[in-house]
Amino acid sequence: MNHLPYIFVAYIVAVGVPLFLSAEVLFRTRSARRRLLSIDTRRGRGPA
Amino acid sequence: MPARSGRTLHRFANPGQFLRLSGVVLPWLFWAGGLLTAGSLLWGVFMAPGDWQQGDMVKIMYVHVPFAWLASAGYFSLAMASFVSLVWRHPLADLAAAEIGPVGACFTAVCLATGSLWGKPTWGTWWVWDARLTSVFILFLLYLGHIALIRAFDDPTRGYRAGAILALVGVINLPIIKFSVDWWNTLHQPASIGLTGAPTIAASLLWPLLFSAIGFTLLFAAIVVARTRAAVMERRIRSLLMARATSASGEEVAA
Repeated sequence: MNHLPYIFVAYIVAVGVPLFLSAEVLFRTRSARRRLLSIDTRRGRGPA
Repeated sequence: MPARSGRTLHRFANPGQFLRLSGVVLPWLFWAGGLLTAGSLLWGVFMAPGDWQQGDMVKIMYVHVPFAWLASAGYFSLAMASFVSLVWRHPLADLAAAEIGPVGACFTAVCLATGSLWGKPTWGTWWVWDARLTSVFILFLLYLGHIALIRAFDDPTRGYRAGAILALVGVINLPIIKFSVDWWNTLHQPASIGLTGAPTIAASLLWPLLFSAIGFTLLFAAIVVARTRAAVMERRIRSLLMARATSASGEEVAA
């Protein structure tokens, strides 16, 4: 019996999940930073 | 003693200080974790030998075991953050606990999925309700319960308190997971690596496993710190918008 598909899927899942979580937090941080910057600029403080 | 450690905690873990420190540490955590993980997985897949009994199927160990360790270690860190939140009412501990939950749930889901993928060819079944598998599944449900509970209240503070209590009660599951293979007759094998005895696993298989565990642990820490950092910024945005709305309504009343 060929076991390669099981190993392949396990590695895809194990590498994919941390990658997805990292990408998600990167976008979340960027968006929060952009919003903070725009609020600070409107308050006349400029970038922190 | 608790009051003194509480003061130290507040001094070193205030949100501003955390943003500054985490900004320095995060790139190192991500790069070290990513490189170690990639290197150890390549080592495990292409250079480590197969098992005499399982053949190449043993290579799933390099992803399954680190995720299994991190599922429990993640829950322990969630419980620690909850303890700090309940005892010292530290806002950063609330945010950290809220951010550890989803990451821990994802890692536990990967542990269950990779375990299933390992179980089908070796045991002949995707799933059995044995003590180890069931206790890890309960851990997954505890994570989901925590995620749901902290979002179930209009007042976030009440949500954090309820979540913290659930997290602390759920700690009882961690020794059950650890000793389930010793206390009950399970299909899952007993631990090959322990803190006290010598490992029952060959060194050629053990080293890539240890490096992969360190790599995934650094990635777990990096993701949690990055999420907590984002949560601190989002909280700051909310309070700034709230302050602006309050001052705008005050000006309207004055006019």
